[in-house]
Amino acid sequence: MKLMGWAIALTAFGLTPASLGAQTPPAATPEVAATPSAAAPAPVATPAAAPAAAPAPAPSIDYAAPVRGIGAPDGRKGIQEQVTEVGRDAASFHNGPLLIMCAAISIFVLILLGYAMVKFRRGANPTPSRTSHNIVLEVAWTFIPVAILLGLAIPSIRLISKQYSPPPADVTVKVIGNQWYWTYQYPDNGGFEIVSNMLKEKSEVTGGARFRTDADGPRLLAADERLVIPAGKVVKFIITSADVIHAFAVPAFWTKMDATPGRLNETWVKVDRPGVYFGQCSELCGARHGYMPIAVEVVPEATFNAWVASKGGTPKGARPSSEAISSNAPAPGAAAAAAPTAGTPEADRAAVAEPVVNQPATANN
Amino acid sequence: MSTIPADALPLQSHETHDAHHDTDHKPSFFTRWFLSTNHKDIGTLYLIFAIVAGIIGGAISGVMRAELAEPGIQILTGAWPLGAGTGNFDQALHHWNVLITAHGLIMVFFMVMPAMIGGFGNWFVPIMIGAPDMAFPRMNNISFWLLVPAFLLLLGSAFVSGGTGLGAGTGWTVYAPLSTSGSQGPAVDMAIFSLHLAGASSILGAINFITTIFNMRAPGMTLHKMPLFVWSILVTVFLLLLALPVLAGAITMLLTDRNFGTTFFDASGGGDPVLYQHLFWFFGHPEVYIMILPGFGIVSQIIATFSRKPVFGYLGMAYAMVAIGVVGFVVWAHHMFTIGMDVNTKMYFTAATMIIAVPTGVKIFSWIATMWGGSISFETPMLWAIGFIFLFTVGGVTGVVLANGGVDNYMHDTYYVVAHFHYVLSLGAVFGLFAGFYYWFGKMSGRMYNEFLGKVHFFVMFIGVNVIFFPQHFLGLDGMPRRIPDYTPAFEYWNKVSTIGYMIMAAGMVVFFINLFWSLAKGPKAPDNYWGEGATTLEWTLSSPPPFHQFETLPKID
Repeated sequence: MKLMGWAIALTAFGLTPASLGAQTPPAATPEVAATPSAAAPAPVATPAAAPAAAPAPAPSIDYAAPVRGIGAPDGRKGIQEQVTEVGRDAASFHNGPLLIMCAAISIFVLILLGYAMVKFRRGANPTPSRTSHNIVLEVAWTFIPVAILLGLAIPSIRLISKQYSPPPADVTVKVIGNQWYWTYQYPDNGGFEIVSNMLKEKSEVTGGARFRTDADGPRLLAADERLVIPAGKVVKFIITSADVIHAFAVPAFWTKMDATPGRLNETWVKVDRPGVYFGQCSELCGARHGYMPIAVEVVPEATFNAWVASKGGTPKGARPSSEAISSNAPAPGAAAAAAPTAGTPEADRAAVAEPVVNQPATANN
Repeated sequence: MSTIPADALPLQSHETHDAHHDTDHKPSFFTRWFLSTNHKDIGTLYLIFAIVAGIIGGAISGVMRAELAEPGIQILTGAWPLGAGTGNFDQALHHWNVLITAHGLIMVFFMVMPAMIGGFGNWFVPIMIGAPDMAFPRMNNISFWLLVPAFLLLLGSAFVSGGTGLGAGTGWTVYAPLSTSGSQGPAVDMAIFSLHLAGASSILGAINFITTIFNMRAPGMTLHKMPLFVWSILVTVFLLLLALPVLAGAITMLLTDRNFGTTFFDASGGGDPVLYQHLFWFFGHPEVYIMILPGFGIVSQIIATFSRKPVFGYLGMAYAMVAIGVVGFVVWAHHMFTIGMDVNTKMYFTAATMIIAVPTGVKIFSWIATMWGGSISFETPMLWAIGFIFLFTVGGVTGVVLANGGVDNYMHDTYYVVAHFHYVLSLGAVFGLFAGFYYWFGKMSGRMYNEFLGKVHFFVMFIGVNVIFFPQHFLGLDGMPRRIPDYTPAFEYWNKVSTIGYMIMAAGMVVFFINLFWSLAKGPKAPDNYWGEGATTLEWTLSSPPPFHQFETLPKID
């Protein structure tokens, strides 16, 4: 069984460029062409055939072009710009206490070493002392580090706690890692599926196949189909794999979660800024490990609903007070994992489909 | 103890006409080097083996840095062994995974461990405790000779199919299911057998060292008088004895999953891929201390020698290593923070991991306190030891950053981790190795190394490795994943810098080898104690090199 999956995945990957070749460049709705062949390897049974069967899907949305310095690496010497509250908390914990601790201890040790090397060099100090014990000193350099570590551990534990406290989800996306592409399913929105492959360079494609442009994103990060999620909404990711272990990672959200076959891992984000954000598979998964990017498009809710419709999905019913609630609720940020027990896609669908239950819970959180 | 030569016939016949001990009776070449029962000869074999493996592992990292010098695939599509030697793009990419796997396994199992434990441990543990040899000299020999087929199996795996291309491309962690259903062909099986043999070699060595240290100390050499290097080896071999069987079990389960249809790590048969990770890292975390603890011991000896002072806080130093060893067994899951673990588990492993910084800090400050008030001279070994202290501190503080499970979500599997563990291993353990090599070179070979070339080697290498690895922190913080042969253009600048660093480092290694061969051939004769009054351990009471059998009359320690 697993061998079959492996073989199918390999075959499917081989087929994908061919299917891309069939579609016309700047493809506004590339999935229409891509879905019939690319949906085939999806090992999880879904109603993914729906978009292909639909006679005329609504026109797709305009995808955002990347903004330099946000959502993708730009050669800086620090952490990427964070667009979730958890990410900002974690980044300020790193850029503040942790970085200061690193610098202070390294410089302290450097100064002590330098001082000892100069002051106690043989030329300056020909007769060594015989001191080899000093209880006060030894107790001090045991317990001062303990105090420093305690000072770091408290915010660190608090950060973990926050990451593991997801508010009720507004949208659930099932993320499936495959060798070597990602599929995204939207169980709340009719269960359609998106297959996301890396976009090749112009020189690497033949015929009229779609190639990467700068509007798609940087080389090796741009994907033909982006994972689209609504801004300001709590998005739950249920992450698994069809073959080997992958890892779903978006640095700008402070998100990284392994996609393990046979497991449903869960994490969540609440992105407050629309835009496009890139990540890469972050667990060695075979030959093309470096060639399975993650591109996430964060859009206003209305655009999200339009996008869902364009994919043949079913937008959730109008939720008049949802904007008010999301602005009142303490923005909970991103990137956390919940216990593996926390729900199957079916359960999530049931929970999220009932906004009346969700809204008070969100407000209370 | 007098029974030890009794089961070794060559030694016994040797003892009978040993009245003239100015001329060492050495066995013939083949007997001496291939049927050896002498701890010093076996130590030498281990060191030669480690140098050969280090050259291969270092050359592989050179290929990797060359590929990463600029975006795109340049080297991997080229001729084997630099590239896959085929036009098939997937095979070229698979070759990258083979390179990273081989680099990791070779450096861990065939370079650092043989050099630290098999090489310096074999050479100096018996001498430092006043013993004539190891407790089980023949087992010592089989320990070494198991390593040779292990290494050949690993190298040979590069010539057979590993799924997408030739060789095992699983990473040194050999995670299932990439290593089971994800890698068809015999390459991964060969790599697993290689680890089995290397593990058996280390377990036998560990038993030998434990027996030797507990039973063969000279009269008066109590545990609390043992040199810190012996303490470091004692703690290390206990870690080996407790950790390696777990690895052996885990990779045996991999083997049966691959070949006999079991499903230990396959969810479709009721197994769990994460179980493999737990088993691997239960071994893997102690393994990183196995690599660094002997370095701690070497640095302690050197700092004391060149400061002409006894080690500051001897008992604290010894028990800090014991504490690191004990705590090292209960922190493994910090390598797995992104598997989707329970919140309480993540909090526990965060807290437990941070605790390790305390005994490590005790060691750093005790080394500095040993220098404090000393009369320090700066021969080559001392430079390496001081470099070790500083660079290990830098690697240590980034370790504290990574210990935070919530922060690690970002850094996990990025170049930040690569930078961290190369600071503690490549700039920590390897600096410890070079420190020990220069410190004991005259004692082992009977000839002095060239001080000027030694210093040039140190400074070039110090600059080189920092230029390689410091920018990798930046790459990791900017989000560059590990184990990718190609990267988005934003990562180009610091990757280029890192590759330039490799060239500097490689130039330093050329100086090292010139020094090594020049010194072996033409170095001045080494006196018994060439470091003077600071060198107080027993090896300095012997000639350089020591007689074929030392301490036929046991020394008395007061």
